[in-house]
Amino acid sequence: MAEIKQISLFVENRPGRMAKVSKTLSDADVNIRALTIAEAGDFGVIRMVVDDPERGYKVLKENGFTVSTTDVLAVEMKDTPGGLYEIVNTLGESGVNVDYAYAFVTTKAERAMLILRVDDLAKARAALSGKGVKIATKEEIQAI
Amino acid sequence: MSGYWDPHMERMPLKELRTLQEDRLKSIVRYVYDHSAFYRQRFKSAGVEPGDIKSLSDVVKLPFTRKTDLRDNYPTGMFSLPRSEVVRYHVSSGTTGKPTVVGYTKGDIEAWTESLARALTSIGLGRDDVVQVGYGYGLFTGGLGLHYGAERIGAAVLPTSTGSTERQIELMQDLGSTAIACTPSYFLHMIEVAEKMGVSIRNDTQLKTGIFGAEPWSLETRKRIEDATGINAYDIYGTSEISGPLFTECREKNGIHVWGDMFLTEVLDPKTGEPVEDGERGELVFTTLHKFAMPLIRYKIGDLSVMESEPCECGRTHPRIMRILGRTDDMLIIRGINVFPSQVESVLMNIPEVGDHWEIIVDRKGPLDIMTVRVELTESGFSDKIADLMSLKKKISKELKGVLNIAADVDLVESGTIPRSMGKAKRVTDNRKV
Repeated sequence: MAEIKQISLFVENRPGRMAKVSKTLSDADVNIRALTIAEAGDFGVIRMVVDDPERGYKVLKENGFTVSTTDVLAVEMKDTPGGLYEIVNTLGESGVNVDYAYAFVTTKAERAMLILRVDDLAKARAALSGKGVKIATKEEIQAI
Repeated sequence: MSGYWDPHMERMPLKELRTLQEDRLKSIVRYVYDHSAFYRQRFKSAGVEPGDIKSLSDVVKLPFTRKTDLRDNYPTGMFSLPRSEVVRYHVSSGTTGKPTVVGYTKGDIEAWTESLARALTSIGLGRDDVVQVGYGYGLFTGGLGLHYGAERIGAAVLPTSTGSTERQIELMQDLGSTAIACTPSYFLHMIEVAEKMGVSIRNDTQLKTGIFGAEPWSLETRKRIEDATGINAYDIYGTSEISGPLFTECREKNGIHVWGDMFLTEVLDPKTGEPVEDGERGELVFTTLHKFAMPLIRYKIGDLSVMESEPCECGRTHPRIMRILGRTDDMLIIRGINVFPSQVESVLMNIPEVGDHWEIIVDRKGPLDIMTVRVELTESGFSDKIADLMSLKKKISKELKGVLNIAADVDLVESGTIPRSMGKAKRVTDNRKV
């Protein structure tokens, strides 16, 4: 199964950088599904899931950004108390470490979507599927 | 075939070479005493006369000449000949003070050209080569110097000068440049621009040789350039005061051959002024033995290096100076410790996650000097985990400290944000108000 490609960008922490990133994507008609910024003083890392990661990666690179792609999992999470617990507990019990995670709610949402970067994708996928957690496909993310 | 341009001179037995140097030293000392009011006065104040110089070792009796002497005697007060004998001027940029003017007789240009003809031959260039001269043409000595030298050996010169980088790369392809001469930082920029144009210097050009200088550069940078392009990168040395670019390494890449028939080279302890042993670091001092419009006696050129007097594997007997360790002018004093930008370069270029372009910013906060080293992150060095980036910062800091003995802040910046230079790279911004 094709993994979800997250786009990661290295950006300096100075005015206008976010604007440049979003303008570049919007000019290429790439839609951002979810985004998070990890900041570390004078620089930060923007991570995002977009509808067309290949095109997003290409235009950002052409515009001189330091950019990479990372395989992540997108799992559906009940938008109720305990929704997150069910997922991370399953991973924890299976010995899978979560490097980072961020969530978003879709318009169709009775469910939220959780983006996870883990140290062992295959193991995470098996553990979550075993518990009946639904893992979104690339096509589903594209179609949101 | 890599032969010699002037086999008799380049392979002259050491003893014979020393005799030649001794004769030429005596003549040039007599010559400046007779022709230059400046040197006559300088010799008198030092209590030395031409007759006191009987052997090479007597050179230590002669007074030094410094860059400030050239500035104080601007424009032509250091000349030993009237203007009618001068066929060319070159003028230094004067970024740190008044500019300095150098004049050349026809014979001076001839000797300069011969010096480079020997050098270019020693790195294997000849009639079949196309030499792209990407040094600035004009008042700066780089462009015209290499131009004449490359023409002399029968190569075809492509005088692109600096700038118009995309055009340089197109011409490099279209005319089949086999060698390029420019600053190493400009060549790194060319590699980057070529990549953006979809041109691989390794696969899409005939380039085999680079002649890089006019700014100090490290062995680590040489390795990066050679690994990225497959060319052989050679160091070239010389400054306008002693004519311009004059000397290069040979194919052995084991020191720069400084032609002994043209120059007497000394390496002195900067503190005591005493000669240091072969292999020990010191300040370079040149006496021009065969230059007549503006000869210089014991000129403190301001560069630190190490000398090797043993003949080279290539068969050339003339002394070699090892890679320039730094210019005394470029030295920063940070919290009382001497820091050469070239040391910073050699640390950074050894770290694969660091890009080819970098800069040093020095500030003073209260009583404390703060040195910040700004480096571009390469694509392969980029991890989207903050912890990885923080540990990279720490690693760079630690390696800098290991070499410099002072702590430096490290800033990771986006690639393409540090200014690229066409000529000599400006690596240091010193914001301290002294």
